[in-house]
Amino acid sequence: MNINTTKIISLLFFIFSAFYLYTAYQIQVFAFDENAPFNARTFPIYLGYAGLFFSGLKLVLPEPNTIKVDHKNLEYKKTAILIVIAIIYGATILKVGYFLTTSLFLFSSYYFLGERRWVLMFLLSFPFVAAFMYLLHGILDIYLRDPFLQSIGVMG
Amino acid sequence: MIEGILIGLTTALTLQNILMVMVGCFFGTIIGMLPGLGPMTAIALMIPITYGFDPATGLILMAGVYYGAVFGGSTSSILLNAPGVPGTVATSFDGYPMAQQGKAGKALAIAAWSSFAGGTLSAIYLLFMAPSLSKVSLSFRSPDYFALMILGLTAIAAFSSKGQFLKAMMMVVLGLMLASVGQDSLSDITRFTFNNMNLTDGISFVLVVMATFAMSEALTIILKRNDPTSAAKQVSLTELGSIKINKEERTKMYKTIPRSSIIGFLIGVLPGAGATIASFLAYGMERNVVNDEEKEKFGKGSVNGLSAPETANNAACSGSFVPMLTLGIPGSGTTAVMLGALLGFGVQPGPRLYMTNPEIFWSIIMSMYIGMVILLILNLPLIPYIARILAVPKNYLIPLILFFSVTGIYVMSFNNFDIYLMIGIAVVATFLRLYDFPMPPLILAFVLGGLMEENLRRSLLLSNGSWEFLWDRTLTLCILLTTILIVVWHFYKSIIRK
Repeated sequence: MNINTTKIISLLFFIFSAFYLYTAYQIQVFAFDENAPFNARTFPIYLGYAGLFFSGLKLVLPEPNTIKVDHKNLEYKKTAILIVIAIIYGATILKVGYFLTTSLFLFSSYYFLGERRWVLMFLLSFPFVAAFMYLLHGILDIYLRDPFLQSIGVMG
Repeated sequence: MIEGILIGLTTALTLQNILMVMVGCFFGTIIGMLPGLGPMTAIALMIPITYGFDPATGLILMAGVYYGAVFGGSTSSILLNAPGVPGTVATSFDGYPMAQQGKAGKALAIAAWSSFAGGTLSAIYLLFMAPSLSKVSLSFRSPDYFALMILGLTAIAAFSSKGQFLKAMMMVVLGLMLASVGQDSLSDITRFTFNNMNLTDGISFVLVVMATFAMSEALTIILKRNDPTSAAKQVSLTELGSIKINKEERTKMYKTIPRSSIIGFLIGVLPGAGATIASFLAYGMERNVVNDEEKEKFGKGSVNGLSAPETANNAACSGSFVPMLTLGIPGSGTTAVMLGALLGFGVQPGPRLYMTNPEIFWSIIMSMYIGMVILLILNLPLIPYIARILAVPKNYLIPLILFFSVTGIYVMSFNNFDIYLMIGIAVVATFLRLYDFPMPPLILAFVLGGLMEENLRRSLLLSNGSWEFLWDRTLTLCILLTTILIVVWHFYKSIIRK
């Protein structure tokens, strides 16, 4: 049997809605609110049923135009690398600081996307981030946490 | 009123105030262009500066920033598909495809002229209709608002292509589900947080919009890099194209602008509705009004599709000043910030404002028009320079989009969790986009989620749990009947097509 991916996504959404609905029923409300016409769980319960209804319809009704994605032509490897770099960036930004992590994130992203013009890569990472930091922190007075720059005395 | 207009003109046309509008428009445009930094942030940043001026000058500066940031938001929507504010999400539907076709200059020019026309027309409406419109907006009750939200969400059917109605509705529900995460606004009970403190305040709008638009757009471009059928491969992002709008395009705009400005202004007047609903409704309405040939172009770079939301969101900006100035109720998040600033000046907005402080009331209205003119003079010649952002090769552009997205979230929360959450949502959104699940309905639902629950809560509590509130008031019934009509019309058209 050939099941198309849209149906699989609809099935996953159906399961997700069922889980959402179950969690909605578990929301603890105050005792005096339990039988109120509207409490903290009312709206989520309606949403859970709406999710089941629409995804259920999508599952049952015939698919008018099937979407075909050619997986052979998709760049999964580069996309995955970029996501991993972004996760590492997110994990280190607070501890290391904005300047160094952002510059390294940009530099490594350029590299993994196939760029090899080293000077341009450098200019569009370290000095670019420094200028952007100056705009945010220096001109717009938006606080940017940077333990690294603080440790070397560049930032107050 | 003539006396008031003259007072307003005298105040607004002083050298200092003209300079303030110019500075405000310029900085607003730059800040608005940065994804994640919208008008609200821009105005909030300006508040300490405005306290150095008299109230009229301070508010004129903030009004300039407001318009500038809205236009700047449209620019990033068109060039990067990264709307910094919800009001410009609809702009990206046709603005971004137009930019991908090498018509970025034209798209920006259409946006600039539509914004100008929308803002100008709404300033005229505001001038003559402010007192009576405040009465109309006062007559809206919770059931009407709830019905209006339903109408807004159903209008997303207009955004979905053929056979995508159910997909769009699934995205609506997902958006509402995401909006329900965090503390319940009335009881403070936490929902769907799974004991994670980071989710207590809910998921921020900027995070969701960055994840579903900017970040997932960047990931999709990389993912489809080798796909010969991908549009991203076919178009040259380095082409700016002419900023000239030809006669045929102008004719389309002449028809679109008046109707979109009216819908934008009227929606803007309603407290809480604002530019987002206005731009989505104007887009949906425009799609339903145009002929079948033009309808097919929607989502692929339609002039009407770009002009309508741009006109409406600027018209709504002016409209949102009505409840703020005449009732003291902000019409949007941005005017709420401005209301706070007004109170800081010791000025109490309300029906008596134009009796006690006529120079403030009228000079704001007058400066809106001056702001529009300055915005056009400032931005049209700058379009070729602004659009140079497209000349950045993808190897650089993609990391830069990711960098702006992460920075927007980092600056807001200083929290690793938000960055992980954004990446997670972006990955799911990228996967959903591959299979043509539309993202705009999710965003609209996410923005409206809190308001919708609030109005349903009030309606149900007032009617003691009965759903009769849906047909008790004529206004509610009319809005709901319009909603039903849209759904029936959609299915009727689908059947006719088959």
